Amino acid sequence: MPDIIQTIIGKYNYWIYITLMMIGFYAIIAKNNLVKKIIGVNIFQTAIILFYVSIGAKWGGTIPILQNVHGEGGAGAATHAIKAVDYINPLPHVLMLTAIVVSVATLGVALSLAILIYRRYKTLEEDEILARIREK
Amino acid sequence: MTQHYPALLLVTPLLAAFVISAAGWIKRKWCFPIAVVALTVSAWCSVALLLRVMKEGVIHYYLGGWAPPWGIAYYVDYLNGLVLPVICIVALVNLIASKRSVEDQFDEKIGAFYTLYVLMFTGLLGIVITGDAFNLYVLLEIAALTGYGLIAMGEERAPLATLNYLYMGTIGACFYLLGVGYLYIVTGSLNMVDIARILPPLYDSRAVLTAFVICMVGVWIKMGLFPLHAWLPNAYTYAPSASSSLIAPLMTKVMIYVMIRLMFTVFTPYYVFGILDVSDSVVWISVIAIVMGAVLALQQNNLKKMLTYIIIAEVGYMVGGAWLGNRDGLTGAILHIMNDAVMTLCVFLAVGNLVYKLKSYAFADLSGAFGKMPFTMWAFVAGGLSIIGIPPSCGFFSKWYLISGAIKSGHYEFMVALLFSSLVNVILFFRIIEITYFEPFEDHAHGHHGKNIDEAPLSALIPLLIVAAGLFVLGFFTSDFVRLIIQFAIPKGIV
Repeated sequence: MPDIIQTIIGKYNYWIYITLMMIGFYAIIAKNNLVKKIIGVNIFQTAIILFYVSIGAKWGGTIPILQNVHGEGGAGAATHAIKAVDYINPLPHVLMLTAIVVSVATLGVALSLAILIYRRYKTLEEDEILARIREK
Repeated sequence: MTQHYPALLLVTPLLAAFVISAAGWIKRKWCFPIAVVALTVSAWCSVALLLRVMKEGVIHYYLGGWAPPWGIAYYVDYLNGLVLPVICIVALVNLIASKRSVEDQFDEKIGAFYTLYVLMFTGLLGIVITGDAFNLYVLLEIAALTGYGLIAMGEERAPLATLNYLYMGTIGACFYLLGVGYLYIVTGSLNMVDIARILPPLYDSRAVLTAFVICMVGVWIKMGLFPLHAWLPNAYTYAPSASSSLIAPLMTKVMIYVMIRLMFTVFTPYYVFGILDVSDSVVWISVIAIVMGAVLALQQNNLKKMLTYIIIAEVGYMVGGAWLGNRDGLTGAILHIMNDAVMTLCVFLAVGNLVYKLKSYAFADLSGAFGKMPFTMWAFVAGGLSIIGIPPSCGFFSKWYLISGAIKSGHYEFMVALLFSSLVNVILFFRIIEITYFEPFEDHAHGHHGKNIDEAPLSALIPLLIVAAGLFVLGFFTSDFVRLIIQFAIPKGIV
């Protein structure tokens, strides 16, 4: 039993991202309204962004700018040992800047498609659109 | 200059895309020539790269001079050295062939269309050339997002089909990204070669297993492997002809390439076939994909949708071939990436011509098309023969390798599926020939029965005929391709 609690509490960041991902997935599959589906896609992407951000973070870590080495023309860098433990890993966070741009672009394309669909069928409910298509 | 070809290959179309979008505002006439120049430069670079790889071996190119694993590296080896020229040539031929139909269809949106076209081309090339797992994700999304734009410009149902493609495409790409995240957690690197170097001691780790499975599922969604194919037929059918003949030949094939790259460069044959014991199941999935693709193709009553289901079956061929785990199967899969791209281009260009003249691709409207458009239809038949796999067309040889791979590994079900799908293809294409050749042409618009030839414009016809002839040329030189290029593309450890 303590093992399970350990798995749940100790790795809560994974649980959160998976829960979010499944919420997004559910919206994509089950929602009838196209905009809700699109928001589902966005939640899905955000979950993965959260996953990356959380793996780069650490307790007590600070931003990756060298401490105690400023002044003296930066000469301190040579005398102080640099402890990687003190710093968070910036790379996953930087990667996610790109992923955020991608997700914004996807959202933009998806919403503009929704506008096109709305102009054509005068509705955003998927079942009504499919009924319209079948009528023809 | 020549040492910068890997960067030039990508940067030229990328910059050209911006210039084209500006030209779209200033003078629309310039868009097409700029696109042709950009794609020609890329094609030149890609062929030069292939020749250099054949002479000197793998090319390493560090962008900005940053050595991996810190910087992004481009690697060109025998595998992507072959795929790059295929992408360039298919995109270039299609660009020229679709000039008239694009002018007629988009008019004031020409700038936007060519911008997206060239950007998508950049994305596809980038996916193939990059040696960085995260860079691959970004380029994947570039190709996908521009692809959504290109498809959505199509007919009435296109936006809805695109939106469904967007859901699936985004989920696929996100899965891939998640897999890369797990690989990053265990290795701390994003460079494919570097990951491959660090991974072997960690092969028992469950995180590595998760990463592999999630990446594979993501890539399978993107390529439309059977149970995950639902987005593909509608998106490819309702896209404008000029877009579908770019996306249909290339997108799925590039994803097959990504799968092979992940299996054998990031992971190793030892991991994929030795530690994981799933190759039998994946071959079975591909068997189901081939059979279902063939059966669903039989049910269609319009030409374009029928071809999209054939693509689904072809995806099954290549996935199965790669997972057979022997030299012949993988040779067949890699050869089929090239052959299938060219034959899909051939049939989709022919359909584009038919749509241009007849304004329809439903079977009912195609009767007598042979009399009206003989050259287009002959090219279509050539493409059909190649898809069926009749020698000496190129489709025969890749199928031959796949079948002999299936026999050598004892996967007789895969062989049966291949033969079944060939038989179904015979039925499919002979049905088209029957409709177009034996049934009289009825011109609903003008109300006269005529045998007057009314072909597509020469700018569309000549590239199509070149592609159709190319099918047989590729078939003729198959042994050279295998001997000089593909046999070196197969990783050690696969016998």
